[in-house]
Amino acid sequence: MKKTYLSFLVDNHHGVLTRLSSLFDQRGFNIDSLTVSTTNDESLSRITIATTGNEDEIKQIVNQTRKLEEYEGVFEINPYDSLIRELLLVKVASDASNRSSLLDLATIYKAKIIDISEGSIVFEVTGKPAKIDSYINNLTKDYCILEMCRTGATALQRGEVRMEK
Amino acid sequence: MKLNGSEILVQVLLENEVDTVFGYPGGAVLNIYDALYKYQDKIKHYITAHEQGASHAADGYARATGKTGVVLATSGPGATNLVTGIATAYMDSVPMVAITGNVGTPLIGRDSFQEVYITGITMPITKHNFVVRDIKDLADILRKAFKIAISGRPGPVLVDIPKDITAAVTEYEPQPKQTAVKYNFDKVKNLEEVAEIINNAKKPVIFFGGGVKNSCAGEYIKKIVTKANIPATHTMMAAGVLRYDMPENLGLLGMHGSVVANKTVNDADVVLTVASRFSDRVALAPDKFAKKATMIHIDIDMSEIDKNVKSDYHLIGDAEDILSKLEVLIKENRHDDWFETINSYRRDIPYSTGDGKLHPKQVMDIISELAGEDGLYVTDVGQHQMWAAQYLHHVKAENFLTSGGLGTMGYGYGAAIGAQIGTGRSHVFHITGDGSFHMNMNEACTAVSYGLPVISICLNNRALGMVRQWQTVFYGKRYSSSEPDRKTDYVKVAEGFGAKGYSCGTPEEFRAALEDAMKSGGPAWIECNIDREERVLPMIPGGGTVDDIMYE
Repeated sequence: MKKTYLSFLVDNHHGVLTRLSSLFDQRGFNIDSLTVSTTNDESLSRITIATTGNEDEIKQIVNQTRKLEEYEGVFEINPYDSLIRELLLVKVASDASNRSSLLDLATIYKAKIIDISEGSIVFEVTGKPAKIDSYINNLTKDYCILEMCRTGATALQRGEVRMEK
Repeated sequence: MKLNGSEILVQVLLENEVDTVFGYPGGAVLNIYDALYKYQDKIKHYITAHEQGASHAADGYARATGKTGVVLATSGPGATNLVTGIATAYMDSVPMVAITGNVGTPLIGRDSFQEVYITGITMPITKHNFVVRDIKDLADILRKAFKIAISGRPGPVLVDIPKDITAAVTEYEPQPKQTAVKYNFDKVKNLEEVAEIINNAKKPVIFFGGGVKNSCAGEYIKKIVTKANIPATHTMMAAGVLRYDMPENLGLLGMHGSVVANKTVNDADVVLTVASRFSDRVALAPDKFAKKATMIHIDIDMSEIDKNVKSDYHLIGDAEDILSKLEVLIKENRHDDWFETINSYRRDIPYSTGDGKLHPKQVMDIISELAGEDGLYVTDVGQHQMWAAQYLHHVKAENFLTSGGLGTMGYGYGAAIGAQIGTGRSHVFHITGDGSFHMNMNEACTAVSYGLPVISICLNNRALGMVRQWQTVFYGKRYSSSEPDRKTDYVKVAEGFGAKGYSCGTPEEFRAALEDAMKSGGPAWIECNIDREERVLPMIPGGGTVDDIMYE
């Protein structure tokens, strides 16, 4: 079982996200995270799905998705040669007693402060999912997370590889 | 020329040489039915008792003729009543275009009267589905629907048309008939590699499934079987591709398959699998299936490769195309030693006769005898279906229609009606059981209204036989809800519908009834009273192997 990032190009149509995600559900595959957006070609959307499975399972779900009429392309993101990023917004309980240590931690993770309110600070962090996990772990250990939201991974391959129709 | 949406729909049907539509009218499709009225000399619409019957009729029509079946229903309950029929077609890869009306565009999403999100409901049971949001897209969406339904692995496509679209007017330009995407397998090396493995095999077997029917590849299966003297076995979906009495044909594989077929596959050194998806009714224990063999898998659907059973070699494409090229590379051969071994695997399952009572095998034998080689058989689901698969004299692939993948009880009557309409046969034999028959016997009114010679042969054991059989074997004879105490008088009900009715309990009575029904030329019901304890044998329990075959 390994974490796999799949990048799909699909027609930018009504319902295409439902079709793809419902296929994962139907075939018993878990979606760990999912991001979707239109691309530089407005007729296409890119869907990045993080899933977990062995090689055969990943092959099966990829082959199933290739049968969708609105499928235009897929590839498995090679973790050694790709840029995988996600964004985290996290609201942490804060007062004068912990503010400076929170800021120290933020510096280590290159987290930006985007809001300071009565009793809380909101940080924004971008990075690999593992970095986000680690930041959250540290926050959970020593501080109180009031609310958080992470986007899920989105990814591109480095260099020449380009996914086209 | 300017036409409204309903006329455009009819025009695209005509472009695609559709002359038969099954359906049921309703509020959201009134405009479409008005157009059908106008074009009634070109397209014949058959109204069934229930939309489910119409969906099975379109399916039966498609399976029996090879054309795309078309079904039409109104919004809401009309659309949801198609769901079982669409799922049945999806599981068995049957080309179908389902057209549903919907409430007008301004009413969509407001929980309007008879509104349902049918594209959402049917997403996992269609190859693709569409909502028409703009009249300008209507013709092309319908054309695409036909193209998708027949291309690659066939299947159902649904087009949902809001009522205002059926009335809106736009320019229509005729286009030629949609054709399936063509396949041309050009990996010569792979073909040579596979051919060499088959040519060098000592204990080869060919195992083929329903896709062979869809791609008309039966001729090449036969050629390879004969030329290289290779035994063959098949799934239920492929019954009739090879003649039942061809010596190399070992018959059905799997749960209720023949002993010889199961043992042969188990001991083979090479298995050439053609257009089968290794369902759990065939490869009951996928990890142990044909374990000693080099597995070669030919399929048009890439996602079937290694889905259930892993293959050592695979060729992706149209079975007819690939087999026609492979056949040339297969050498003439003899496998006498292998056949000698295979013959030692043969084991007849004893079945009772001669006690004056009517037994399932006798029913199938008499039907086969009276129907002759052109007999077109449609089944429902359960014990009778297995007996029909095992015992009927299958000689033509398109003559056995059955719900294999979904196992839809109630499939048979509608499908038989569609098959009769599609083929114009002088008889269609609908083989059913008392459980399945009660699900959709209302379609008798359709058969009677249109004077269709569909003969329903109902094996009545006053039980849900297959459920009961499992309860006998695996549940300590605790017959939970499998013995409904029904008092249905089949003869009276048949007559009430305007059909002929017969009831019989001996082989002689059954023969006489079937002969009379065939002479009458109209719809008929024949009740065959059989014993509750009759079982479908042999049987391999789910997850089992040849070591678990039950003979009694």
